[in-house]
Amino acid sequence: MQIYLPIAEVSVDAFTLIGLGGLVGLMSGLFGVGGGFLITPLLFFIGIPPAIAVATGANQVVASSVSGVLAHVKRKTVDFRMGGVLLAGGLVGSWLGVWVFTILQGLGQVDLVVQLCYVVFLGLIGAMMLNEGIRSLRRSRNPTHRKRLHQHNWVHRWPLKMKFRTSGLYISVFPPLLVGLAVGVLAAIMGVGGGFIMVPAMIYLLGMPTKVVVGTSLFQITFVTAFTTLMHAVSYNTVDIMLAVLLIVGGVIGAQFGTTLGARLRAEQLRILLALLVLLVCGKLALDLFLRPDELYAITTEPR
Amino acid sequence: MRAALGPACAVWLLAAPVVPAQQAPGSTVPLEPPRQGYPVYPDPARQRPVPAEAPPQAPEQVVAGLSRDSVAITASFDGSDILIYGAVKRETPIPDGPPLQVIMTIEAPAQALTIWRKQRRLGIWVNADHVDIGAAPGFYAVATSAPLDQILRPEWDSRYRISLPLALRAFGGTASVEDAVPFTEALIRLRERSGLYRLDEGAVKVVDQTLFRADIRLPANLIEGSYKTSIFLLRDGEVVDLYRAPIEVRKVGLERWLYRLAFDRPLLYGLMSLAVAVAAGWGASAAFRRLRRA
Repeated sequence: MQIYLPIAEVSVDAFTLIGLGGLVGLMSGLFGVGGGFLITPLLFFIGIPPAIAVATGANQVVASSVSGVLAHVKRKTVDFRMGGVLLAGGLVGSWLGVWVFTILQGLGQVDLVVQLCYVVFLGLIGAMMLNEGIRSLRRSRNPTHRKRLHQHNWVHRWPLKMKFRTSGLYISVFPPLLVGLAVGVLAAIMGVGGGFIMVPAMIYLLGMPTKVVVGTSLFQITFVTAFTTLMHAVSYNTVDIMLAVLLIVGGVIGAQFGTTLGARLRAEQLRILLALLVLLVCGKLALDLFLRPDELYAITTEPR
Repeated sequence: MRAALGPACAVWLLAAPVVPAQQAPGSTVPLEPPRQGYPVYPDPARQRPVPAEAPPQAPEQVVAGLSRDSVAITASFDGSDILIYGAVKRETPIPDGPPLQVIMTIEAPAQALTIWRKQRRLGIWVNADHVDIGAAPGFYAVATSAPLDQILRPEWDSRYRISLPLALRAFGGTASVEDAVPFTEALIRLRERSGLYRLDEGAVKVVDQTLFRADIRLPANLIEGSYKTSIFLLRDGEVVDLYRAPIEVRKVGLERWLYRLAFDRPLLYGLMSLAVAVAAGWGASAAFRRLRRA
């Protein structure tokens, strides 16, 4: 069933969009990532203009995160205090990101920067998670190994310490603020929630227990992407509500299945799965950058 | 001859939904610009020779109509077929020589755009050189009654800017490279591939050198605006008469309401988008909880 999108001004198949939303929602519930890093490139692929894909992707992530975060609140796996600190950084980052996006658009280099960001971040994080996941899987098979609550590193020596009871942490507020900031910038530029950056950062940098990581990151993503959506809608009129609704319908349903499925799988397996997925997307994007493209020319129309 | 035209025309037109022709039969060359006026290419400051008007007492004149003079974009819009039909009015017998030919064009409103060329830098492919086009039509279709290069002489083509490269060249623009031709060729190639620029040779059917019709498909990815339809009558490679009429493409209903809201009240629109997202997320969460309990 073809449907005409009023803002994007293209006609697309409604069921394709619902399917895309469902796939991304499943990821959202399963891994605590918004799925934006999948939806934005997929929207480019089906012919949605990049600026609209980024803004509408953010709007879709709001819905799937709300759905996910509510499920986590019920299971008491959200650290609201940590979420608040991450959020404060995230809002500033999002504002910065929308500003950078404008500059890049003028230079015609949005695609390149977005792709480079994806390749670098996804490659690093995917490798790190895969390594860690495999190690902890081995460790769990070897019960004599004693597991520490979390590892202490340089991050834990910074000033202005704060207690995060739900996470069982006593650390400086700066690392979470910076993580939030970085994620906010990415949210605005790449149309992603930033979960795929934040989840590993929370585990490996802040040392948060995996159990609360997913819920807390969803909590922060909900608000940062809401703010990003509003910024894009007001500054560029690029949010297509028709497109968003179709993605959301699929997304919220997928997210619920994802959360249920996630509760049944083991954390290590989950981590390895996410790592593999991240590496897959990274590899695909890297190939596009390094191989000679079939079509050397591209057309960009001026933003209205 | 004229007396015979009436009944023949009626039979011909019965085949399709008919809206009265844009122009009163008997008028000579159409009024330019019609109704709302067309955008000026490439820019108002630059002088451009105005396409010459056909002699007012042309021995053969176009009388034409469109199956519709407006296209409504609804939520389920997936393209539209426009039937363009007409007849040739003449006071004298059909001249000897090569038969009459017809060319029709439909042109979307122009947009500013940039064409980029990728180059390998530090091992990766990046957008490097670019050419800015001040205004190029978002859609341009040419339908002809025979191969274009056989029925239209180059000098007449450049006078009326009918064929696609000429229609584009008229729009000019600024270039950062020495040779802009590969860029405009790429524009045409990319847009032909996506169906936005089309040349349908033989799509116009001409009967007895008097009646003609063509179906032209407008794609689903239309932008709003006034589309310019032109019909050229040709003899021996020369344009003997032309006819122009606009087709208004407009969003209607929900599409129009959302579009206006997004541009007139962006904050409200943004908040509405968020409200929809939050409500959907919460609703699904609540629904699934109930479903699981049941």
